[in-house]
Amino acid sequence: MNENSLLEMRGIYKSFPGVKALQNVDLTLREGEIMALMGENGAGKSTLIKVLTGVHVKDSGDIFIKGHKDAVQIRSPQEAQQVGISTVYQEISLCPNLSVAENIFIGRGEGRMVNWKNINQRTKTLLDSLGIAVDPTRQLGSCSIAVQQMVAIARAVDMECSVLILDEPTSSLDESETEKLFGLMRDLKARGVGMIFVTHFLDQVYEVCDRITVLRDGQLVGEYDIAEMPRVQLVSKMLGKEVDDMADIKNDSPSFSAKDSTPLYEAKALCSNQGIKPFDFHLRKGEVNGFTGLLGSGRSECVRAIFGADKVTGGTVRMEGKEVNINKPIDAMKNGIAYLPEDRKRDGIIGDLSVRENIILALQVKKGFFKPFSRAEAEKFADEYIKLLDIKTASTNTPIKSLSGGNQQKVILGRWLLTHPKYLILDEPTRGIDVGTKVDIQKLVLKLASEGMSVTFISSETDEMLRTCSRLLVMRDRRLVGELTGDQLTQNTIMNTIAGGESNGG
Amino acid sequence: MAAKPTTQDSFLSRLLHNQILIPLAALLLLAVFNLIADPSFFKISLGHNSNGDPVLSGYLITIIDYGSELAILAIGMTLVTAASGGQDISVGATIAISGSVLLRVLCGTDTRPEVLHSPIIVAFLVSLLAAMLCGAFNGALVAFFKIQPMVATLILFTAGRSIAAWVNNNELPMITEARFSYFGGYIPGIPIPTPFFIAILVFIATWALLKFTNLGLYVQSVGINEKTARLNGLNPEIIKLGTYVLLGVCVAVAGLIKVSRLSTINYSVIAKDIEMDAILAVALGGNALSGGKFNMSTSVLGAYVIQFLTTTLYKFDVQSDALSAYKAVVVIILVVISAPTVREKTSAFFRKLRTPDGAAKRG
Repeated sequence: MNENSLLEMRGIYKSFPGVKALQNVDLTLREGEIMALMGENGAGKSTLIKVLTGVHVKDSGDIFIKGHKDAVQIRSPQEAQQVGISTVYQEISLCPNLSVAENIFIGRGEGRMVNWKNINQRTKTLLDSLGIAVDPTRQLGSCSIAVQQMVAIARAVDMECSVLILDEPTSSLDESETEKLFGLMRDLKARGVGMIFVTHFLDQVYEVCDRITVLRDGQLVGEYDIAEMPRVQLVSKMLGKEVDDMADIKNDSPSFSAKDSTPLYEAKALCSNQGIKPFDFHLRKGEVNGFTGLLGSGRSECVRAIFGADKVTGGTVRMEGKEVNINKPIDAMKNGIAYLPEDRKRDGIIGDLSVRENIILALQVKKGFFKPFSRAEAEKFADEYIKLLDIKTASTNTPIKSLSGGNQQKVILGRWLLTHPKYLILDEPTRGIDVGTKVDIQKLVLKLASEGMSVTFISSETDEMLRTCSRLLVMRDRRLVGELTGDQLTQNTIMNTIAGGESNGG
Repeated sequence: MAAKPTTQDSFLSRLLHNQILIPLAALLLLAVFNLIADPSFFKISLGHNSNGDPVLSGYLITIIDYGSELAILAIGMTLVTAASGGQDISVGATIAISGSVLLRVLCGTDTRPEVLHSPIIVAFLVSLLAAMLCGAFNGALVAFFKIQPMVATLILFTAGRSIAAWVNNNELPMITEARFSYFGGYIPGIPIPTPFFIAILVFIATWALLKFTNLGLYVQSVGINEKTARLNGLNPEIIKLGTYVLLGVCVAVAGLIKVSRLSTINYSVIAKDIEMDAILAVALGGNALSGGKFNMSTSVLGAYVIQFLTTTLYKFDVQSDALSAYKAVVVIILVVISAPTVREKTSAFFRKLRTPDGAAKRG
């Protein structure tokens, strides 16, 4: 073990049934260092964190901690705490109904008798030393999220942790709160605490971190010094695409020419309560466009605002030139908009209901409460889309939850196609499904567009977007930062625009 | 060699997975028990009541008579359970309220009216409104304020009977008009108790509602996945509220029967503990108390099974104080058998039993 290392993980393997979550991953954390752990969804970040905090037990590999001669075994969160590893999660894991001081001292076994005066005093000293301005007797739940995060950190610091893991702590903080948190992190850094910072925000990585560890598909891509790692390079490492790799990028879809026609859909300064900055957006008949950006950049929130899935807080929307109000999904549906959500399990399927009921649901709701389809009509619709989309199901009566992920996705797609939308929004329609189905869905999108349907297509895989979209809107940190068309549709410009800072593609 | 399952196999496994299995088995068990213990249980005789009208009597008639209020409540409770994943424990108290309102409109301030102050239908409609308002109150707390159903309905559970007494200034009005007693008794010339017909009517009305509207699809969608339901254009709050209002309708009907039986009301005793039996009927009918998919018919069957059990216990001279203890034992058995994990284990057990048997036959 290197002498100024706090923590070394060597050759970590971890698999779950059917998935190799981590393969030969190394990680080194030095004293007084903030290390960013980066990677897209499914890269293995959270598995690595869970191995380190004892939530999962590794299959093989060694973990060394400063002060321990041999490799340490971490089999439970308690053992992780004993060797000085503390974690602050995105979701606060403290007790909101207890006071700040109680939260800091709870479960630390200081004998049977509790001297509250003493504890409050010690909490005050601790908080003052960290520059956190909050009354120790205040109920934690009444503090802002940022203060709650900092109390969680203070608790970790007081428990003499040497390694602090911050798992997306800033995702629910605003800018000034984030600044405060960064101040605290710098302070801890000066005291020699090593931190692993997990985030999706590139700007924040470049603001506070010293080094970056990048994971992709459960494997280590590399460890880099922040100063030697341009943003574009980082994005390309995360996505696994070489910046200069121009091969096989060909935009098959005809770029849209009828610029003079009225847009099918047009939004001005649209925003929702999910923190996206107001954005302008339009789409013509038969056009396929896409929102791109890293995870958490706000691409899903944009389409959710268009569909009225989140609370729309401002902006005007026109359909075919006519101003319309879209505040709820049913408004969007009545205007001919359909939305296939990103999280199939949470937002897409009605698990216990049959494939048939899942297919007819949206059209049925659109048709109205007092006009149910007859069983025969419903069967006809279900059979039609099972055949059209080649859905593998035992019968129309099978509960959708017993289908495979790809087939569930096709059922949801069928549900929306059945409503014959003018504008179809697909948020990650190809996530977690096999390659063949992916290609089918892409082909289908292009076919629908050629028949006059407008489509917004979101995918984490840039190839897919390039293959299907004639225009890309680029999001970064919940802001629309660029629009790419025609010749600009290349991996390079996309990555440059996503990364921002150095060059602007839009 | 993969042997094709015989029709017998698939029939058995289908039955094992059918929701109706548990209430049906319980019913058969109770029937067999009574048949062995005392076959006179099933005797039905035709007699005449004090007015000289023909009436059927016997334990089975008692069951379909007194099980009817429970069956009506079980219908509403099934919908509430499916949509909100919780139960309304205030139905007994709201029966007291709607019954009290009914009497108040019929009697005015006169506790022993010679003639009714208003037609029965008017009085019923007013009590219906009161019960639907109570349902809307519960539903609003559950749907819009996201309060757990048991906690939300605890308010009316606690306050309901006092409100009921207050409606009639704590008086106990008595109705002497014969027509009013038809609802909980017998219509002259028809020997079958009226509550049974009312229950059938409510059942058919709900069945039609499920058949000719999308109530069933909407309620199940909201109960299974509220987020998805919202993204498909549904308004989960209104749907949940609606099920509580529908339960209010059921409460008003049950209240009419209850008050009609006595021609008066006892605020602290009327429909006491009926909420627990109604919830039990839903569970016995194989419906998940956590909501989602539901089957109204099995709940109704469950309600009559519970009444069957109560009547059986009465027949064997179980003291009314001890009744609940006996009931509890039966309930524990029923609930354990119908628990999904137990069901899975039993069907696995049956499968195991069959495999060596089949192999032996082939050999």
